Amino acid sequence: MTCEIIIGLEVHVQLRTNTKLFCGCAARFGAPPNSQTCPVCLGLPGALPVLNEQALAWGIRVGLALDCTVAPLMKFDRKHYFYPDLPKNFQISQYDRPLASNGHVDLEGEGATKRIRIRRVHLEEDAGKLLHETGQPVSFVDMNRTGVPLLEIVSEPDLRTSEDAYQYLVELKALLQYLDVSTCNMEEGSLRCDTNISLRPAGQETLGVKVEVKNLNSFRAVKQALEFEAGRQGALLSRGERILQETRLWNAHSLQTDSMRSKEEAADYRYFPEPDLVPFTIEAAAVEQIRRKLPELPAQRRLRYQQTYQLSAYDAQVLVQQRALAELFEGAVRLGAKPKPVANWIMGGFMAYLNAKRLEPESLQVQPEWVVHLIELVDGGTLSGTMAKEVFLAMLERRVDPAELVREGGLRQISDAQTLERIAHEVLEQHPKSAEDYAKGKANALMFLVGQAMKRSSGKANPQQMTEILKRKVGEKRA
Amino acid sequence: MGVVTPEIVKHVAHLARMRVEGEALTQLAAQLDEILDYVRKLQAVATDGIEPTSHVLPLTNVQRPDAPRPSLDPGTVVALAPARSGPFLSVPKVLEA
Amino acid sequence: MPARAPSALTIHELHPLLISGQLSPAELLEDLLARIAGHNGAYGAYIDVAADQLREQLRRQLASGRRGRLFGIPITVKDNLCVAGEQTTCASKILAGFRAPYDATVIERLRQEGAVIVPRANMDEFAFGSSTENSAYGATRNPWDRQRVPGGSSGGSAAAVAADLAIGALGSDTGGSIRQPASFCNVVGLKPTYGRVSRYGLIAFASSLDQIGPLTKDVRDAAHLLSVIAGHDPMDSTSAPVEVPDYVAQLEAPVNGLRVGLPRLPEEGIEPDVRRCVEAAVQVLQRLGAAVERIELPFIDHSIETYYIVATAEASSNLARYAGVHYGLREPAEDRSSLIEMYLRTRTAGFGAEAKRRILLGTYVLSHGYYDAYYLKAMQVRTLIKRSFEQAFSRCDIVVMPTSPTAAFRLGERLTDPLQMYLSDIYTISANLAGVPAISIPCGFSSSQLPVGLQLLAAPFREELLLRLAYAYEQATEWHRRRPALEQA
Repeated sequence: MTCEIIIGLEVHVQLRTNTKLFCGCAARFGAPPNSQTCPVCLGLPGALPVLNEQALAWGIRVGLALDCTVAPLMKFDRKHYFYPDLPKNFQISQYDRPLASNGHVDLEGEGATKRIRIRRVHLEEDAGKLLHETGQPVSFVDMNRTGVPLLEIVSEPDLRTSEDAYQYLVELKALLQYLDVSTCNMEEGSLRCDTNISLRPAGQETLGVKVEVKNLNSFRAVKQALEFEAGRQGALLSRGERILQETRLWNAHSLQTDSMRSKEEAADYRYFPEPDLVPFTIEAAAVEQIRRKLPELPAQRRLRYQQTYQLSAYDAQVLVQQRALAELFEGAVRLGAKPKPVANWIMGGFMAYLNAKRLEPESLQVQPEWVVHLIELVDGGTLSGTMAKEVFLAMLERRVDPAELVREGGLRQISDAQTLERIAHEVLEQHPKSAEDYAKGKANALMFLVGQAMKRSSGKANPQQMTEILKRKVGEKRA
Repeated sequence: MGVVTPEIVKHVAHLARMRVEGEALTQLAAQLDEILDYVRKLQAVATDGIEPTSHVLPLTNVQRPDAPRPSLDPGTVVALAPARSGPFLSVPKVLEA
Repeated sequence: MPARAPSALTIHELHPLLISGQLSPAELLEDLLARIAGHNGAYGAYIDVAADQLREQLRRQLASGRRGRLFGIPITVKDNLCVAGEQTTCASKILAGFRAPYDATVIERLRQEGAVIVPRANMDEFAFGSSTENSAYGATRNPWDRQRVPGGSSGGSAAAVAADLAIGALGSDTGGSIRQPASFCNVVGLKPTYGRVSRYGLIAFASSLDQIGPLTKDVRDAAHLLSVIAGHDPMDSTSAPVEVPDYVAQLEAPVNGLRVGLPRLPEEGIEPDVRRCVEAAVQVLQRLGAAVERIELPFIDHSIETYYIVATAEASSNLARYAGVHYGLREPAEDRSSLIEMYLRTRTAGFGAEAKRRILLGTYVLSHGYYDAYYLKAMQVRTLIKRSFEQAFSRCDIVVMPTSPTAAFRLGERLTDPLQMYLSDIYTISANLAGVPAISIPCGFSSSQLPVGLQLLAAPFREELLLRLAYAYEQATEWHRRRPALEQA
């Protein structure tokens, strides 16, 4: 039996406002425990919420960027469940009047574009943090995160593969970065994702039983969990077994999903309109004003890179995907560098370095002029390819301008003929066999000799010049 | 009458995280049944097309600027809790992640 | 010194004495403390009174140099208003020991005007009740008859004012909790328009119905206190940005020609004494020049059903936070049990019978499958009730009705019959549902010498009309001057 995989994603993104959604406490990450709380976000008796206008404006901004309809009338509702990280034991969220709905994200694929519909975007307050220590009979509660503004973005079940899901998340994250409304840092929890997945026999109309998967700490985990879950459900179905409607947790160590302890009761959130907050009317004119101020979004930027800089669709895609990389690219090009070499540096050494070190591009703080200087140094012959790579690494590690590195550290290439002659002489003395081989016509031997010369000069010898000198010297010897 | 059974009261009590047992359960079921029977008189009122009122005031769009205000001292916050550990509040172990 | 004891005086009588120095704030406070010490045991108007804390507070007030509209005047507040550093428990075990780290907005405003805050007037637990019997700290007794209830839920505030154990007080009114005890205790009680007074720091019962208001010895004092506490507060999203008139200055404006509407009301259970007093009061209003006419208030007979759905739903939600984690009671105190067990034991032990009943009722009407039939329906009928008042106030300035269908009932009389208790709110509830202001003023006594209250209602933000007509009535009558003869405990 072949099955179709139906995937939907729920993304929670923390807005990077100065203050929380309903009170004036700072919303910073990483503050000392319980140091960013007040009567409102602690849910103390008598305290009342007042909406942060920036959170609403940014919510509208995201809704528009997702091509949603922004609700002319929006309200907040209470969602009830008991949990120690939720001080009021209800969450202020939005139920039947979300901020925005009916949008989409387009995924660029091989030839075709896949449209993933967005069901709704709504504002809600984040919960606090529970810390569990193994062996302890207690959990600890830190309320700093309580009340931080969250935007929940819910897709329709339009995703069909784990790769789709991955791509959707990458695209959504890029969009949020360009909108500049969130730090989108999964490790710090400012971007979180839950997914639901069901299988149905090919050709069947009705959806299969949906399983929710939580505890996904990276995009890769989302992909892996969906692959595991598709396999698990497929195997069950092919054995004629039933899929249980449940919530499962991804285990990043065992690389499988585990059933959450079965809940004692079906969730009954008892939603009702939040009486402490008034409704919000969103005028078309206000929406238009926010729309006019939307920045260039990833899709537009990709197109521009292809048209203006003659980059390939692939290069444009890779560069635009992470805003910090794209900004670096554009900065360097604006300063006069040629687009293609800049793109090559960023997509090559730069991304390899990020991947190897598991770093976010923002953390490197590389200035566009550094990239420009690097390319100039190579083009001007000051740096060999090998040296350029070294300088590049030093630039990333030490956060210093390559021009500066060259100035301070004798990294300049050796082009002085006398020095080169001396090095060549020493190499030939030491490797007479290779000199003979080359004389007999073995091209590889010359490569070896040049390599040895470079090694002797700590990579600083001008390789073209050195090759010529070695050729000449071997010829002289024979004669 | 008889709509609210002790089983329903038990279920609702659990939703509200309270324990109701024994004689109190039977008594509460009877009282809630009587009260709900009374309030069901509302069903007789024709309300088709009537907008619900959740706020009596016609206020909308009450917001505040995104400007920080001082938070409480963490010591004060933690001292309010019936159980604490260092800078944290403490609760019986939460099993689900 | 005046002929009467300082504690027997009104705010407006005391203010000039204190400002001119004829009476010192300390003398006033000591007189009040002595009276409380002598009688609170018998009447339980306060849960407790920390005399030294009050003296210290007065010292700080005097040192601040503030000489405001309440200079040196002790103002009693219900145990559901947060006072920084003081216990605020809503007369519930579940909040035992809770000390709010902040002042409610009304408390801040009282302090700004130089008042001394006297906390912890007794109440029904979380304001659930009409008798102040549902207090975890014992019932309050009616100063007119110790065997009777003072009304509720602001029974402590009302009894304290009636017995001169308070100069003036604040209460809260969700379905009559200021007006009904005012009526039972022969004092003035005003529930302002929803949004007129900030709810920030008022421990919520039903957020869309709750309002804070004054309980005072006369109408002028009510105007005085309302002037201090009313006005927009950016900390409360439902606080109205509407200007506050000078209520005191407008008291003596003429009432001649005011249009007074007498609605046809559900008469089930109304005592003949109450009917007689209210009818006589209407004649007084007519003599004062008011034009009285019969009006209709359709749907008002559905107020009780609507109210007990809306109020309990909101209450069940507002009270979810009391669960043993962030403040207040935890059972068991140690972390030995499971989380769910801790929740169950804390909430089962912490809430009294009526609180449990209302939480269950509210949880039920909000739960899956019942929402439309109960909560949504109630919100729709609320719209109809609100419209009834809008229509009434397009025809008249003031609506008149009894505050309560009966005078004070006996302790314990209605405790076993919650529905009967709910029905006693029949005349007060609709003002909360419609959000309109209403005042209860003394208008006579029953044959058994129990006070009866007259209720006046006005359009939203027309408190000055209520106060003006109430003041004119008060000037023409003597009911408010009667004081109960207190028993010793």
